[in-house]
Order: sequence, then C-alpha cells, then structure tokens
Amino acid sequence: MPLLQVSHLRKFYATQKAVDDISFSIEPGTIFGLLGPNGAGKTTLLRMVTGIFFPDEGEITFEGKKFNPEEDAVRIGYMPEERGLYKKMKIGEQAMYLAQLKGLSKADAFEKIKEWFTKFEMQTWWNKKIEDLSKGMQQKLQFVITVLHEPKLIILDEPFSGLDPVNSNLIKEEIYKLAKKGCTIIFSTHRMEQVEEICDQIILVNKGRKILDGTVNAVKQQHKENLFHIGLNSSPPITISDAFDITDREDNGLVVKIKDGYNTNDVLQHFIQQQIGIKEFHEILPSINDIFIKLVEGTAVTRQFQTVE
Amino acid sequence: MNKTWLIIKREYLTRVRNRTFILSTFLTPIFFAGLIGIIVFITIKNTDKEKVAIIDNSGVFKKQIDSVKSIQLILNPEVDTINYEKKGYSAVLYGPHTGINNTDKWTMYSRKSLAISAEASLEEKIKKGLENNMLMERYHVDNSNIDSVREASSKIEFDQKRLGAGANAQNGNSLVAYGLGYGAGFLIYITLFIYGAMVMRGVMEEKTNRIAEVIISSVKPFELMMGKIIGIGAVGLTQFFMWIVLITAFSAIIGAFIPHDLLIQVNEANKSIPGGQMNMQGNEAMIGLLKATNTFSSVNWWLIVGCFLFYFLFGYLFYASLFAAVGSSVNEDPQDAQSLMFPITMPLILAIVIMINAITHPDSSLATWSSIIPFFSPIVMMARIPFGVPGTVPYWQLGLSMLLLVIGFLVTTWISAKIYRTGILLYGKKATWKEMWKWAFRNS
Repeated sequence: MPLLQVSHLRKFYATQKAVDDISFSIEPGTIFGLLGPNGAGKTTLLRMVTGIFFPDEGEITFEGKKFNPEEDAVRIGYMPEERGLYKKMKIGEQAMYLAQLKGLSKADAFEKIKEWFTKFEMQTWWNKKIEDLSKGMQQKLQFVITVLHEPKLIILDEPFSGLDPVNSNLIKEEIYKLAKKGCTIIFSTHRMEQVEEICDQIILVNKGRKILDGTVNAVKQQHKENLFHIGLNSSPPITISDAFDITDREDNGLVVKIKDGYNTNDVLQHFIQQQIGIKEFHEILPSINDIFIKLVEGTAVTRQFQTVE
Repeated sequence: MNKTWLIIKREYLTRVRNRTFILSTFLTPIFFAGLIGIIVFITIKNTDKEKVAIIDNSGVFKKQIDSVKSIQLILNPEVDTINYEKKGYSAVLYGPHTGINNTDKWTMYSRKSLAISAEASLEEKIKKGLENNMLMERYHVDNSNIDSVREASSKIEFDQKRLGAGANAQNGNSLVAYGLGYGAGFLIYITLFIYGAMVMRGVMEEKTNRIAEVIISSVKPFELMMGKIIGIGAVGLTQFFMWIVLITAFSAIIGAFIPHDLLIQVNEANKSIPGGQMNMQGNEAMIGLLKATNTFSSVNWWLIVGCFLFYFLFGYLFYASLFAAVGSSVNEDPQDAQSLMFPITMPLILAIVIMINAITHPDSSLATWSSIIPFFSPIVMMARIPFGVPGTVPYWQLGLSMLLLVIGFLVTTWISAKIYRTGILLYGKKATWKEMWKWAFRNS
C-alpha cells in the first residue's frame, strides 16, 4: 500500500494554473524527488500535501485513507523552502513550542530535542537566540525541528541550500537513516546531482504538469540515446560503419551512437576487425540534469501569466 | 483548542517577559504619581515670594494692599525705577498721577518677567482697588461695606446635585466626569492603537520570517490568528490590572500621607509669612482637596472600571482582527502597511474627534449614536459613562452598544480570518483592496 497517493490534483490561481492534473504515488521508505524549474508549481503541490492549501480538485490519500490535514498533520514534517523561525525567541523554547504544536507532550518534546541536539552537537544552543546563528546553523536547527516528532512523511523543500559540504553530508546521512527506519521523504530541489545521489524515485513537473515519473534508473533508461564511449589504445582512426555514427572524438576514444537495428556487439566487432585495441566500452546514460534540460528546454523558461477560465 | 492555548501562551509569555513591557507597566503609574506629586508640591511649597514695590500716586490702594499669590506687595513711595533693586525689590509698579476716573496704564518695571498667574492676580488687584475707589468716591459706599459684600459673594459655593435612579441624590461634578471621560476615552484610543499595531507587527513578523508556513502545517490559520489576538489582548489586560493595582496602592499611600503633610505645610507657611493671609489660602486648599476626594469617592468606580475593561477588551478584539488581516496582506515594506492601515485608523481618529465633541455634549444625538456604532463605541461610550449611567447614558443605550460591539467583533473576525488565511501565505506584492475583498467574500 503506498504511503501517499495523489490523484488528479489541481490548483488554479487567478492568473496561473499552478498545479494541473498531477498524479503520483509513493511507497513507504522511499526518498522521492520532486523536480522542476522555478515556478513549476512544486511549492503549491507540497503545500497541498501538507494540508496548508486545499486542492481545487483531486484527491490525496494518506496511509490508505483520505487525507485529513488536522489529524494527519502530526505524522507529517514540513520544512518550507524559505525557512523561518522567531528571531527573538530562545532556540530551546522555540523547539519546544514547535514540537508541542505538532502534538508532542512537554516531556516527550524535551527528551527528543535533547537527543537531536546531542546528535547534531547543538547542546550549547539552548539559550541562544536565532539571530545569533549563521544561516547554515539555522538550517540545521530547522531540519531538527522538522523531524523531531518522528513523522511518517517528511517533506523538505530545498533542504541543502546554504549548507556547507560537511553539514550537507550530515543531513544527507540523516535522511538515509530516516528512510531506512521506514520514513518516507519527499524533497523538492532543482539541484540534479543530489537527486541522482539520493532519490529512489523522481517526478518532474513543469508548468503545473507532470512530465516524468519513475525510478532514477528507469528514467535514465527511458531517455538514453544509445550513446557509448569507447576507450582505445591509440588515437582513433577515421572510420565509417553502418552500425554507428561518431558523435564525439577524444585523444584516445570515441563517443558513438548506435543506429537502429544494430547492437553493441556490432560496434565492438567493427573495431576488432580493424585491429584497434579496445581498452574500455560503456554506455553513456544521460544525467538527470540532461534529461531535465532536454524536457524543459523549448518550453518558455519563465512562466507566463495566463487567464484561467 | 489545545494548540490555540499553546499559541496564546507563547504570545503572552514572550511579551510579558519583555523588558519594555515590565518597564512601561511599572514606570507609567510611578511617572504619573510623580507628576501629580510634583504639581501638588509646587503649588503648596511655592512660598518663594517676589517683593514688588508699588508707587501709588493716585491713592487707589488707600494705603493698604493684600499680597497676591507668590508676590509680596508693598506700598513704598520712596522707591523709584533706579534704586528698586538696591532696596531689595524685584519690580516696581508705577501708578499714574491722574485722578481716579483715569484709567491710564499702570506700568511695571522689572528685569525679569513675573509668573503669569501672578500677573493676572496683580491686574485683578489693581482693578479691584480702582473699583473700590470709584464706589467710595462716587457713590460714597463705605470701604468695609464693600469688603463684606465681596466676602459674602465669594462664600457662595456651587455644588451640583444630580438625581440618580435611586432615591439618593448623587454628588455630581461635571469637571470630574469630564476629566474621567476624557482620560478613559483617550486611554482606550491609545491602547487600541498600541495593541492593534502589536498584533499587526506580530503577523507581519511571522509572514516575513516564513514561520507562518511551518506553523500552519500544524495548526489552522484561524487558530494561529486567534491565538495571537487573545495572547496580546491578555498582555493588555495584564498591564491594566497592574496599573489599577499600582494606582490604588499609590493613592492609598498618598491618601495616608497628604493631609498630614499638608497641615504641616500650611502651619509652616503661616509662621514664615506675617499677616496670616496664607492661613486663608491654606484652608481653601484643604477644602478643595476635601471636595475633590468627596467627588472622587462619589464616582461609581466599579462601573467605570468594569465598562472600561469591557470596552477595551471588545474594542481591541473588534479592531485587532482587522489589524491582523492588514498584517497578513503586506510584505516587508512598512509603507505598504501604512497605506493599508489607513482605513482602520480612519474610524479610530474619527472616534476621537467625536469623543472630544461628545465630552462637552454627552447627551447630543451625535454622541448617543456614535457611542452605539461599534466602530466608535469603545472610545465615545467610555467618554460618556462617567457622566452617569442611568442618567446620561440610559441602560438600553449601554446594553445596545455592548451587544453591537460583540456582534461587530464576531463579524470583523469572520471577515479578517478569511483575508488572513490567504494573505499569510502569499508572497510578492502587497494585496490590493479589491483582492482582499475577494478573499473575504468568496465562497470557500
């Protein structure tokens, strides 16, 4: 049973079709990447899943039941894109307050905060104020506050922006650990290398519509262009074959595109026949970044305002 | 409900623990008590008399003159404008030579100017002297007769009795009612502004900090808004209760000490100044004080304080949600807040203008109707209540005004909640009135 199922979700603003008929489902324990260019409707989509917005149309099913923001809020942790905390409030009190708003009892909240603060080496922060923290430190704190009440579903909007590599890794590790424990994590980003590294499943949204859905590997397979890299012992000869086109030349290698009706063995055979030593041969799968650009390119980069009937 | 309680608690505690709040709560009554104390002290203690020599060429004063407040007058024809300082006078008053029908200018020569009150009473003395002279010389009235007539007329006291609903006539003092009404109306006006703006700033802070999004993923926007409004309202009530307690304590202390002190002051003043004129003044002060205390105790404090708290609370609730709606519709720019606040501050300012008018005519139809309309009633009604409740303000007016205010509060909160819900999560530009109207009245 999927943890979260979204079907035909729609949310129109006065001048924008922010989310237009999006469906997807997420299995428990997966790390789910929500990709899309700026203004694609990611934040609106996430806000509907967290219960901040009501969808105009469509249904959200959470743990097999119809999503009920008031009851299910406790089992969701949400870290918005532009993070914010009360500047003048002491960090410990702030964490206590937000944890209690999520339904934790005072004693539980205190214990959990202690635990996480120790884990992230933030024990000395308790009586400090937010204004004393750097942006990266605030981010760490915000992450802790988001996951404190052990939600089933954790929604992170751009979680790594502004973090240095060390802290970035720290949070990445925690995300893996949480996923292993059975938490489901949705995070939205437009940094593709992170997606490839972390995500099990991705969907790509553009102009309010879903244009891609699947595991990272499946998506790559789906968008591969039959490109292969051949590493040679000598500089590549000028050669022509029915089986492939050469798309790129390097000092000791070639990038070839296999034509329809041929396979990898045909390529290898061609070089073996010509007595050229082959050092390596592997398929070039497109990066998510390439796929992203390919799919989004051609559509207007900036969203245009439109009239919504 | 449990979550709203958490929000109320946070809003309340962060503000009550704030240093500015603690200071303003304790220092305001001390400041006012100090101010009153200083005024009383100066009035009583002002025995630093200037000596003024009078050259009475036409004999207006008939060789006798009473010293006026803070100035000692001495008839001394041997002083002139050149040597007065050497002889220890700080001014010379020069009367013209001509006969008594002449109303030529009297001239005062001095290096420094005298107090305004002294100047006025000096002028009065001169007029009275001339008057006496004219009465004596033209109509041959005896000087002692004039004095006794004057004294008799000055003994008339004006004591207004107001007929209350009960059989007992109440001591009414429109001056006290005027002062109380003015004070209460203004206090409501100022506190509505202060606490309303506090709500608005709080909402703006949450919006610009983007913490609203985090909180709204765990509570409903309405809970967040009401939690803030109630929390800040509780801060306001706390401040008032503290003020009432402190002021009661202060006035008890002052009440215990002042009459005693005053007597000592009067005695000392009598000893130091020959002629015993101070005695009279001291007694007058005592009588005045006694009268003031009487009128103060005749005021129905329970009614006024009770109504004040009611009108503050519901006036605040009425306006606070509007302020919250404005706060949710603007972004960082404080100028946006200014322009959106205008329609809210407008009725408040109008109310204070009406209040200033109503205080002089508490029975006028303008005063009556605006004390019933919720936009103005907290301020205008508070100005009318000290004039007497079943007398000036009939029970039906008070009841209707209160009822309409409570209904008004429910309506504004309902509208504001809808604007707030949309506005708090909307970033970018500030909302226009048209947009806010749409948010408030669309069906969803």
